[in-house]
Amino acid sequence: MSLLQLDNLSVTFGQFKAVDNISYKVEEGEVLGIVGESGSGKSVSSLSIMGLIDFPGKIEADTLSFDGQNLLSMPEKQRRKLTGSEIAMIFQDPMTSLNPCFTVGYQIIEALKTHQGGSKKELTKRAIELLMQVGIPAPETRLAAYPHQLSGGMSQRVMIAIAIACNPRLLIADEPTTALDVTIQAQIIDLLIELQRKKKMGLVLITHDLALVAEVAHRVIVMYAGQIVESGPAAEVFSTPQHPYTQALLKSLPESSVGQSRLDALSGVVPGVYDRPMGCLLSPRCPYATDHCRSVEPSTQGTLERQVKCHTPLDYEGRPTA
Amino acid sequence: MFQFILRRLSLVIPTFFGITLLTFTLIHMIPGDPIEVMAGERGVSAERHAMLSAELGFDQPLYIQYFRYVGGVLQGDLGNSLVTRTPVLDEFLALFPATVELSICAALFAIFIGLPAGIIAAVKRGTIFDHSVMTVSLTGYSMPIFWWALLLMLIFSVNLGWTPVSGRIDVVYWIDNTTGFMLIDTWLSDEEGAFTSAVSHLILPSIVLGTIPMAVIARMTRSSMLEVLSEDYIRTARSKGIAPWRVIVIHALRNALIPVITVIGLQVGILLSGAILTETVFAWPGIGKWLIESIGRRDYPVVQGGILIVATIIIVVNLLVDIMYGVINPRIRHSH
Amino acid sequence: MSTKQMTVAEETMVAPVPRTPLQEFWHYFKSNKGAVAGLVFIVFICFLALFADFVAPHSPSVQARDALLLPPAWLDGGSWHYFLGTDDVGRDILSRLIHGARLSIAVGIVSVTFSLFLGILLGLTAGYCKGIIDTTIMRIIDIMLAMPSLLLAIAIVAILGPSIINAALAISIVSLPHYVRLTRAATMTEMSRDYVTSSRVIGASPLRLMFICILPNCLAPLIVQATLGFSTAILDMAALGFLGLGAQPPTPEWGSMLADALQFVQRAWWVVTFPGVMILITVLAFNLMGDGLRDALDPKLKQ
Ligand SMILES: Nc1ncnc2c1ncn2[C@@H]1O[C@H](COP(=O)(O)OP(=O)(O)O)[C@@H](O)[C@H]1O
Ligand code: SF4
Ligand SMILES: [Mg+2]
Repeated sequence: MSLLQLDNLSVTFGQFKAVDNISYKVEEGEVLGIVGESGSGKSVSSLSIMGLIDFPGKIEADTLSFDGQNLLSMPEKQRRKLTGSEIAMIFQDPMTSLNPCFTVGYQIIEALKTHQGGSKKELTKRAIELLMQVGIPAPETRLAAYPHQLSGGMSQRVMIAIAIACNPRLLIADEPTTALDVTIQAQIIDLLIELQRKKKMGLVLITHDLALVAEVAHRVIVMYAGQIVESGPAAEVFSTPQHPYTQALLKSLPESSVGQSRLDALSGVVPGVYDRPMGCLLSPRCPYATDHCRSVEPSTQGTLERQVKCHTPLDYEGRPTA
Repeated sequence: MFQFILRRLSLVIPTFFGITLLTFTLIHMIPGDPIEVMAGERGVSAERHAMLSAELGFDQPLYIQYFRYVGGVLQGDLGNSLVTRTPVLDEFLALFPATVELSICAALFAIFIGLPAGIIAAVKRGTIFDHSVMTVSLTGYSMPIFWWALLLMLIFSVNLGWTPVSGRIDVVYWIDNTTGFMLIDTWLSDEEGAFTSAVSHLILPSIVLGTIPMAVIARMTRSSMLEVLSEDYIRTARSKGIAPWRVIVIHALRNALIPVITVIGLQVGILLSGAILTETVFAWPGIGKWLIESIGRRDYPVVQGGILIVATIIIVVNLLVDIMYGVINPRIRHSH
Repeated sequence: MSTKQMTVAEETMVAPVPRTPLQEFWHYFKSNKGAVAGLVFIVFICFLALFADFVAPHSPSVQARDALLLPPAWLDGGSWHYFLGTDDVGRDILSRLIHGARLSIAVGIVSVTFSLFLGILLGLTAGYCKGIIDTTIMRIIDIMLAMPSLLLAIAIVAILGPSIINAALAISIVSLPHYVRLTRAATMTEMSRDYVTSSRVIGASPLRLMFICILPNCLAPLIVQATLGFSTAILDMAALGFLGLGAQPPTPEWGSMLADALQFVQRAWWVVTFPGVMILITVLAFNLMGDGLRDALDPKLKQ
């Protein structure tokens, strides 16, 4: 049984499909990388796992289960018991993700108290331990600090402490380093990976950084305009991408563009509400697009282990199959 | 925190002197000779004019007159009423509790209705409830309260006979003036039914006076809540799996209240000027009615002193609001 | 990073049809039902005000001795001759209301124009000159803001003597601070813009700068404030009239009509009800329109 399993999950805002029939699963202790441009539905799909999509957003799925429990059919109250304890999430901008009116200690202890309870003394002790675990110096004094007194990196560490407070089995990190200084980014990722290994959590790591995914993720999902265009074991996807979009992403990496023009990368942007094309959503930007692509949407080929959504997946040499 | 208070205080003092300058100038802008104006129709003889002029300092240069005036004000000397001959400050102090009592009840009414209405409207935005709150509050905000007072009086006092028409208490009671607050005094007194009578006299004026602040608070709370509810930290709070009411009451409200507190503080001005109208309609013996009657009687020292005190009260309350703002907003408390 | 090249192209969100700013404004404004209702009522009131002499069935001051405190037409004892009834000296309430509209709108126009004009002048001066002039103006404005506007207006009228002109003057003075603050803030932002600096380098005269370059850029908030200013003016005017500090009898002013009616509250509800309804609806209309204008003019709120 997988830790997290989604089958044909869609999230719609009015007419607009922000997430379009995606399926994937996460195993215990596995790191899953999700990459894709801004607006491709990465955040919305993970928020729907947390149950944080509000009206008017609508979630539909054949399966959305955590550890075999159906998240969509369970009562609200029971689901809240899972969110924040079994499944936890950290967000993109740590500076705005902590409540400015409460101390760091309060916000950590609140997570502990909600799911585990305990005396004030115990909770404080646990909070200090957590701050220590996420590498915050002098944790006793930091408990009384307010968020505006912390740097971005420190705030993200506090966010991580809150997320791991109840020993979650699945941690979703939505672009956890995008808003941070480059020097801090590596530290935060190292911390996340270290915690993931130590606690054997499943980790969904959403990021723009392909190199990072290649380095730490077991499996990877590439999203485009709300759809999964390719997924599979990280090593395989990166060595032999089967989807033109993945290929383009990889080509745009600095290290792969030695000698060749970086303009190989796709031009254009992810289609929005008004400019969704017919057929394959990538067709306006895809170098291999045919008339068939422009009129008929490709189906997802392969198993959940290795999906690709293209009429003519690329072969080992990176050329479209006929 | 102490520094914060000091800094605010240093901003308030020039404003206070500005207001003394204003009230001083106003009186000197009255067309005609101040002594003749004060003497009214009876007129004064030339000797008496000169004597009064010297006594009141009108023969001095203006700036000396101003310094004398401020000096007097700082010692609590606001002059004497031309009509009753009693010190303005004493008259004010005798009437002030009535206005405070009315204003507090009105403020409580405004807060207890406006705040929850605004919160629920924000949480249930787009629903019928939300639209009704917005409609009612815009109407309340546009309300000519002197007419609102008459209308309520017409319905509830005249037609239904549920509440008394005017005053603070039925004439059959004789209540010792211990605190000046009728609710407390009647509570302390052993006159049967006096407390109920005081309460029933307070209901309509409080609703009338509280209407505009209620509308403002409801609107402000709603928009502030809406803004806060879309913040990232609300998402964080929800991602912890805490109960929805806790997200709203603990996480959202605390932040949303910061601007609302300021708005509530600003309502003190609205309350005091509204009190002028409300007290006039309900014959409520407070400073609003006193000021208007003094204007009618051309009792200038009372007008001058009354305006100065009211303005001072408003700046002091605004100062307190500012300080409270610092207490609930850690970002301000810690900034140096 | 890696995805940079793919996101360089400019936003190609295809909005349904491109519009001119005016069409854009009208599109947002007309989607706000309250604002449109407000506008319609304001147009109606302005019509009444302009043509009061023709629209009103009676003269506002003629006293019909045989028809004192007549109830509205639809009630027992009412007469269709006096649709909304008559007051204690037999004047037609409907006619007085219509003529009162003229007065209220006139006072609104006069006081808004006056405070708008003076406010812009002071605001531009403060923002443009900075330094001691700015500080002086702003301190005075702060002091005025420390006083509730009605109290200040009462104080001014108490000194100048009660009359409709003095009341209008008082109302314009007390609404001054908002305009000054708005204009000053806008001026300060505009002053730091490059085009202003360059026009200064070229040697554009300060007056030209202020009125040609800077003023058009702060029009939107001023328009909103002026609309809301109308509602405050009408409300304050009525309050002053009610307190006997504004229009003097027998002027058909809504507030003073209420004050005159005070002693008949118990006997003749219509004398009290209708003037108040007029004040309420008119003020509400201006507030609705002001809100609608703000939403339509504020680009931040547009999706
Ligand atoms: N509450 C919402 N209402 C309407 N559209 C939304 C909402 N949230 C997200 N979207 C849309 O969904 C799409 C996917 O967004 P998101 O998941 O945030 O992308 P990303 O991959 O950058 O995280 C975007 O086009 C965004 O505009
Ligand atoms: S289906 Fe066609 S357009 Fe779409 S990615 Fe494959 S080749 Fe490109
Ligand atoms: Mg995102």
